Amino acid sequence: MSTSLAKTTTTEKIPTAEPKATVSAAEMGARQREISVSEFFTKNRHLLGFDNPRKALLTCVKEAVDNALDAAEEAGILPDVLVKVEVAPSNGSAPPPASQATRFRVTVTDNGPGIVRQQIPPIFAKLLYGSKFHRLRMSRGQQGIGISAAGMYAQLTTGKPVQIISRTGARAAAHYFEVQIDTKKNEPRIFENKKIDWKPPRGTQVTLEIEGRYQKGRASVDEYLEQVAIANPHVNLVYLTPEGETREYPRTIHELPPQPKEIKPHPYGIEFGILLRMLHDTKSHSLSGFLAGDFSRVSAAVAQEICKTAKLSLNARPRNIHGEDAEALYKAIQATKIMAPPSNCVSPIGEKAILHGLYKQIKGDFYTAVTRPPSVYRGNPFVIEAGLAYGKGPEQAAAAPEAPAAPLAEGEQREDDSELARVIRYANRVPLLYQQSACATFKAVLETAWRNYGIAQSKGALPGGPMVVFVHMASVWVPFTSESKEAIADYDEIRKEIKLGLQECGRRLGMFLRRRERAKSEFRRRNIFELYIEEVVEACARLKGGKLAKEKLKTQLQKIATKRTGGARTDEILGGDGGPEGLPHSIIVTPEGPEGEAPVLPGAEASDGAPAEAPAPKTEKAAPGRRKGKAKAARATKAARSTKTAKRKRR
Amino acid sequence: MAQAKVKSPGPVEKKLVGVADTVIVAADKSKDPTLSIPVRSLANVNFNEKRGIIEMGKRKQARTFFNVGMAKKFMQTVLVADALAELQRAGLTTSLREIYYRTKHTMKDSHENTFDNQNESDPLIEDLEVTLAALREELHVRAENAGSIVGPVVLADDGDRVDCARLGKGGYSVPSIVEPEFIEIRRCTADFILLVEKGTQWNRLSEDKFWRRYNCVLLTGNGQPPRGVRRLARRLHEEYKIPVYVLVDNDPWGYYIYSVVKQGSINLAFESQRMAIPKAKFIGLSSADPDHYGLPRNVGIKLNDKDIGRAKELLKYRWFQKKDWQEEIKRMLASGLKYELDALANKDFRYLTKTYLPRKLKEQDWLD
Repeated sequence: MSTSLAKTTTTEKIPTAEPKATVSAAEMGARQREISVSEFFTKNRHLLGFDNPRKALLTCVKEAVDNALDAAEEAGILPDVLVKVEVAPSNGSAPPPASQATRFRVTVTDNGPGIVRQQIPPIFAKLLYGSKFHRLRMSRGQQGIGISAAGMYAQLTTGKPVQIISRTGARAAAHYFEVQIDTKKNEPRIFENKKIDWKPPRGTQVTLEIEGRYQKGRASVDEYLEQVAIANPHVNLVYLTPEGETREYPRTIHELPPQPKEIKPHPYGIEFGILLRMLHDTKSHSLSGFLAGDFSRVSAAVAQEICKTAKLSLNARPRNIHGEDAEALYKAIQATKIMAPPSNCVSPIGEKAILHGLYKQIKGDFYTAVTRPPSVYRGNPFVIEAGLAYGKGPEQAAAAPEAPAAPLAEGEQREDDSELARVIRYANRVPLLYQQSACATFKAVLETAWRNYGIAQSKGALPGGPMVVFVHMASVWVPFTSESKEAIADYDEIRKEIKLGLQECGRRLGMFLRRRERAKSEFRRRNIFELYIEEVVEACARLKGGKLAKEKLKTQLQKIATKRTGGARTDEILGGDGGPEGLPHSIIVTPEGPEGEAPVLPGAEASDGAPAEAPAPKTEKAAPGRRKGKAKAARATKAARSTKTAKRKRR
Repeated sequence: MAQAKVKSPGPVEKKLVGVADTVIVAADKSKDPTLSIPVRSLANVNFNEKRGIIEMGKRKQARTFFNVGMAKKFMQTVLVADALAELQRAGLTTSLREIYYRTKHTMKDSHENTFDNQNESDPLIEDLEVTLAALREELHVRAENAGSIVGPVVLADDGDRVDCARLGKGGYSVPSIVEPEFIEIRRCTADFILLVEKGTQWNRLSEDKFWRRYNCVLLTGNGQPPRGVRRLARRLHEEYKIPVYVLVDNDPWGYYIYSVVKQGSINLAFESQRMAIPKAKFIGLSSADPDHYGLPRNVGIKLNDKDIGRAKELLKYRWFQKKDWQEEIKRMLASGLKYELDALANKDFRYLTKTYLPRKLKEQDWLD
């Protein structure tokens, strides 16, 4: 064995010792050629989120929806978006059921400003073409890859071109395009281009036919759209599922979020190479003019200070600064104190809107939201927002205690469901569904000491309990860990802000839980005493050989119990159940209805004349299957809670 | 619960009824019913040097009814008191477990049990023992029979005459309750009592009729002697003025068994005055014995970390402060070995009977 091995190695060594020149440098040189972006991404489609059919379907929906929302918002239009996912017809035979199908047609229609005719082909069929890359302004899309990559994926898997209908106004005609990418040149190829009749007065519709898989549950299209609805309560979203259902996510906030402003780069966020490029490209003729004009937060005085530190003349020509001078300038910038960048370029969702979004989509007892003041990482301003939805909602909570039917035998235990919290993450209002554990938000959730707020948490794990944790990062440039935008990179500044936001939410939740616990324990106390008094009186009567005025003793003890448990005060607490007093930006839901800044959901008035109570069961339609078996339970309890008295009794 | 025929209540029953009175009196005054229960822990234990026993300290804890943390326990305590009173009236004895079952039921209109497991009811019985200053035996709660006696003693048990000299080598199984109401000592002609830790050594001595030759009572508790054995030894010692010798393994646990017999245990400090035998002597196995009796080193067992830790604790106990005892324990630690009584068989099967004990008794080689 060893000899034969030795032999082969020696025989193999011979050719390397005497290399035959098989390829000449000239021949090799002839093989070198440019690689187009499109070719690169065709081979590396996982970088853009097309790793597998299931994720590909989600990515296509996501890119189209992101574009629709960005366009409408930038044009100052309250977005109405219709998402339709259907099983693509396969040559004549009956289409397979959605769960078995492998080909889907995704159609996203918006009421945005529309796209002018000439721009349609490059936007949808040229990679790295877009309006958002070269500016520092907060938007969902950043790179100009997304929708054309989706089109490329369609082309790759089904060969079908992207179909676009767009109309810029009631007086303009609607244009219909079919386009594909020429992957070698990264240029659009137009298959079809005609004017058609289209009902909507304005908007864009994109249709993609792709290979994909439709599967419900985590990281599904359904979940994505639900989360979009949470973070974008100003959007009216309708989703037609491949199974033929219609899900409506109605608008609860009727104003657009403030338009984010475009800003110039902040000096702290500039790398050396970029500084060199900017020095070269600037239109200013003096260094001080360049500094004050091309950067944000650099005044004439600050520019002067930088020049002084760098030992450079104020009037030096920017183009002539390179080498050591440029390095000195770069160091001087870092050493100079410069005000944080303006934050009006970032538009947070806002506490009220987050509350509405959470309340609309997630059933719970307590909701809260925090918008942190703006902060900066690497010169990029950003805002962190955190939110919480806690509990199972009053209907579920009321249904639960009915379960134990028989007294427990020794060793038996009541079952405690030990679910973990769910984290929903957003970057610039876009839900992030993959790579949770690589994300700064997730790490911040793990690092927050939830136990301080009365929430169970095992070491290194998510907090336990029926809880949804919401984290949003809004920034002119969200640092993603990859092009497919799945996780936020872990900058210390970002993680710190997230933690501060979560801590504030946690404190409010802790207060809510403590208050509720106090009221509950008073109630329990009285309950306990009532039960125990019975037992003690009986036992005392037996001890006294039956010679005891039982009723008298019982009344006496009950009187003490009432006095000890706070008497009328307790009744108040029990009746009021806490209330959101002192808890800013929070909603508390009790069986009597929500308290706090709760929105009235559309359709609430229609139900049995009790508007405050209606929203919770109504959302059932809009948010099916948030947790398994939830809808069923809610339906069951709905019947049970027909009268208020029945409900009270159970509590 | 069932009521026995009406007769004048005994002192223990009166004490139990007192629990009900506490509740009734407090309720009358609109006060929170409170039982004050002596604390049963090492922190509340004193060593009374003059009497030579461990005594319970004065610290008490209040158990109040209208306190969420204590309400259930309070209720349970009353229930246990009721069950114990029932035993008194019916003249029955029972086990801890039966008390648990007797008092377990579902509370009215709820799915809550009065007790979920026996761990909840056992400590309450001990609480009542200390609170009412009534021994468990007096409360008619018994443990398993876990001891044997043989020797020139005549007992009366339920009217049956039990001559412990005529019970073969098996002897009489010591019941857990040996209070005068249950067991009467009719006669005892022994010169001393030998309390043996292990059943095997007791069997050896019984088989060899050691007790006949040296006119003694042989007692064993199979390890840590149960209350019945300790109480019987104490009664024989007290009522017939005969000395008690304790024969245990040479290890920290053996020392502790001896100290429990002599001064009482920490857990049950409150009953030392009824159980402890301050004049009991430690006859063996001493850490000096391997030398004196030529036991080879290879029949010893290496002390493990637990043994060493326990031995060091014993060194600190106030009742082990006598010079001889400090030497005894330190000698064991220095040698690093412990010896079982069984190791004596290395010399001869009957070495214990024929050589070891006779020489010990002759030389009066024991520790106090």
